[in-house]
Amino acid sequence: MSTTTSTAGGIDRDDLARLAEHWDEPRSLRAWFTTVDHKKIGRRYLVTAGFFFALAGLSALVMRTQLARPEAGVLSPDEYNQLFTMHGTAMIFLFATPMLFGFGNFLVPLMIGSRDMAFPRLNAFGYWVFLFAGLFMWASLPFGAAPNNGWFAYAPLNQEQHNPGLHMDVYALGLLFLGISTTSGAINFIVTALKLRAPGMSLNRVPLFVWAIVATAFMVVFALPALNADNAMLFLDRRFGTHFFDPGGGGNVLLWQHLFWIFGHPDVYIIVMPGLGIVSAVLPAFTRRGVVGYPLIVLAIVAISIVSFGVWVHHMFATGLPQLSYSFFSAASTIITIPSGIQIFAWLATMLLGRLVLRTPLLFVIGFIVTFVLGGFTGAMFALTPFDQQVTDSYFVVAHFHYVLLGGALFPILAGIYYWLPKITGRMYHEGLARWAFWLFFIGMHVTFFPMHLIGLFGMPRRVYTYRGGLGWDVGNLISTIGAYLLAVSLLLTLIGVVHAVRRGRPAPADPWEGDTLEWSAASPPEPYNFPVIPRVHSLHPTWDERTAESTTTGATEDRILSEGRRTLFTSELDARSERAAEMPEPSFKPLVLAGALLVFFISMLLAWYPIAIAAVVTVAATLAAWLWPVRRPDEELGVAS
Amino acid sequence: MTDRGGAVAAATGAEALSTELPVGRPTSWWGMVMFVATEATLFACLLGSYFYLRFQYGPQWPPPGIEDPKLLKPLVMTAILLPSSLPVMWAEHGIRHGQRWRLNLGMAATFVMGTSFLVLQGTEYDEKLHMFTLTSNAYGSLFFVITGFHGLHVLVGLSMIGWLLVASLRGGSFGAHRHDRVRNVAIYWHFVDTVWVAILFTIYLSPRL
Ligand code: HEM
Ligand SMILES: [Cu+2]
Repeated sequence: MSTTTSTAGGIDRDDLARLAEHWDEPRSLRAWFTTVDHKKIGRRYLVTAGFFFALAGLSALVMRTQLARPEAGVLSPDEYNQLFTMHGTAMIFLFATPMLFGFGNFLVPLMIGSRDMAFPRLNAFGYWVFLFAGLFMWASLPFGAAPNNGWFAYAPLNQEQHNPGLHMDVYALGLLFLGISTTSGAINFIVTALKLRAPGMSLNRVPLFVWAIVATAFMVVFALPALNADNAMLFLDRRFGTHFFDPGGGGNVLLWQHLFWIFGHPDVYIIVMPGLGIVSAVLPAFTRRGVVGYPLIVLAIVAISIVSFGVWVHHMFATGLPQLSYSFFSAASTIITIPSGIQIFAWLATMLLGRLVLRTPLLFVIGFIVTFVLGGFTGAMFALTPFDQQVTDSYFVVAHFHYVLLGGALFPILAGIYYWLPKITGRMYHEGLARWAFWLFFIGMHVTFFPMHLIGLFGMPRRVYTYRGGLGWDVGNLISTIGAYLLAVSLLLTLIGVVHAVRRGRPAPADPWEGDTLEWSAASPPEPYNFPVIPRVHSLHPTWDERTAESTTTGATEDRILSEGRRTLFTSELDARSERAAEMPEPSFKPLVLAGALLVFFISMLLAWYPIAIAAVVTVAATLAAWLWPVRRPDEELGVAS
Repeated sequence: MTDRGGAVAAATGAEALSTELPVGRPTSWWGMVMFVATEATLFACLLGSYFYLRFQYGPQWPPPGIEDPKLLKPLVMTAILLPSSLPVMWAEHGIRHGQRWRLNLGMAATFVMGTSFLVLQGTEYDEKLHMFTLTSNAYGSLFFVITGFHGLHVLVGLSMIGWLLVASLRGGSFGAHRHDRVRNVAIYWHFVDTVWVAILFTIYLSPRL
């Protein structure tokens, strides 16, 4: 769409033809398996994470059906254990983070005016690993061998002697496998945002969504190793008889908890931060102005990502640690509410000062603010150690973290789906249907989770497969289950809305919302090369800015068209000054082969087929060696002295 | 930012001035640095676990029946591994000036040193296994998992170096304008070296403090 308008200026038809030749992929099975296009990979992340969300959501629905009335017999205790563990684990690891990484994959290169991610093949590899790791974990459920120890898998219950069978081996290996994908994705985001920004996009012009994704990626880089170390030790304890978490052999069960929450608390922000980024991205289009206090929000993002590493012990107030450490971590947990508060006030100010356009994405943003603030309110209550000790492991906690997670992640994700659907699919959604989905979701959310606060205060513990009647929990549970069905209907409506848009939706213009960031300067859906001319960015709101627009039409220069070959532009880290044009990799089977070899490795470790595991490791090494093998070049080009 | 149309940058930018040399830090450099950062955090978690278990364990560490680790061999291992970074640096500087022979020679030297380190670690294990194993108690688990994990990193580093050497000997791989891979392998190797110092301190020296 944008191509026809841009031919007028410095870019001509030959350039466009060459760009198409270098970037287009044929529609073949081969292309499907080998693609390295960040838009396709991003779409796959979104769809796959959506699929895992559906599985986790259905698990929740079955659980709520079981809990609708006292002493129901829908599930056995053992099945219930597996369902709530898989629900929690999948929602956190297989849905929230990958879904937001999916948005990041699709959007970061578009928002910063690049033609792909910094490492496109690594990106493809990360997707395949995510898919395989998710299937690896879910496949254990039909065999009755799914993880069954809660999503944080405390010791000693995660040990072989207390929990025989493959359950926790699936957990440890599955999360280690998935960690490869999350880490490689995070590194890719960081490097992309550092080196591939369009010229002129200095750090003070980077969109807030990109800031949020990069801060998230940094948290992943420094938090995930704790979880990986934990799971590696768990697997060694279970399979090879080490004693890390075994007090009988000089180990310590609290080691598991410390490492888990050193990861786990930053992980709360790893999940919520990109969601907040989506909110900051959606608001300008529907308030017709930039987000108030851009530098403050950036500071808040950076502050949160650092302080979140200093608060993990607040998950362990009930474990009997020294009193002083309680005070310290209690204080830190209170301090971290400040930067979160700053963001909320900045958004409220934006809405007050702007002109509201009440479309579905904005509705979800408002729903987010209401829900998230309520969740933050109960969160502040936990920071008071005595209260925490009173309600720990009750349904009050379940209510609290669903407010935070649905508020901080699911509402923004839904806002993002409606907001970017035109960009991703090139089609508009049905506004009426979308509003129904919103209202049902908003009501369903509160009907499901608000009563949980009360039954929690009345003493109902979490993770019980049933309860006795007449304890004052019956009504609350029934209402909560009704709410869960409302939620299911609303999410079904969203799914129908997306399918309807893809099938029947009216074609979307390049910029249906008159948004401010660069993705709205690309076609809907974007060309394989994203931008015929890489823009030169002149402000924080490049799509609202005449000079940036001009740089892609009459002001287009050869060094930003780069139509000779599959190329994009590298710029300097801070000021985004042009450095050089870089060749981007072609599609390849190697990412898939590498991920497949890893899948074989993890399956054979699980089933103790060690010779096959060794063969898989050799395959991994050989694939990597071939992947990175340097192309042969003449000596003059290399610059060899003798 | 003062350069409006990009005309000045186009004429005086690094790319226009030097069409040959790669300009700025390459993406792969950043990728390797981030990878090393996350790996370093992983080692920090393992070493942190060591101290946590040690201080939760009680006054006597190593546990009864296990003597304090002997120092001679690990110090020899250190004396081999730490200097092995020097030939890598020398090789990297060489290839930046297009001297392929320095690359080959330096990498070969490091390869030999790294391999000797692993052989010594093998004999060290042989000795320790008479006293305790992976499954004896938490001390044994920590000892073998931490040093073993580091040994694995040395093995991976050696594979990278061997791979570089093969690519270099084939010809047409590296030169003054193309040495990203050499630099990245060097970063990884320096990292593996540095971590060893932390391990030496934790596993071998700290029980004697
Ligand atoms: C969409 C509607 C959802 C419903 C109806 C729902 C319902 C439930 C229920 C019934 C439990 C088990 C409580 C117990 O027995 O202790 C639970 C646990 C949990 N849920 Fe959800 N949930 C939903 C969405 C989510 C989302 C979006 C996330 C995260 C992004 C999430 C994360 C968790 C976690 C982490 C647990 C704890 C699991 C454990 O105890 O190990 N849930 N949820
Ligand atoms: Cu926390």
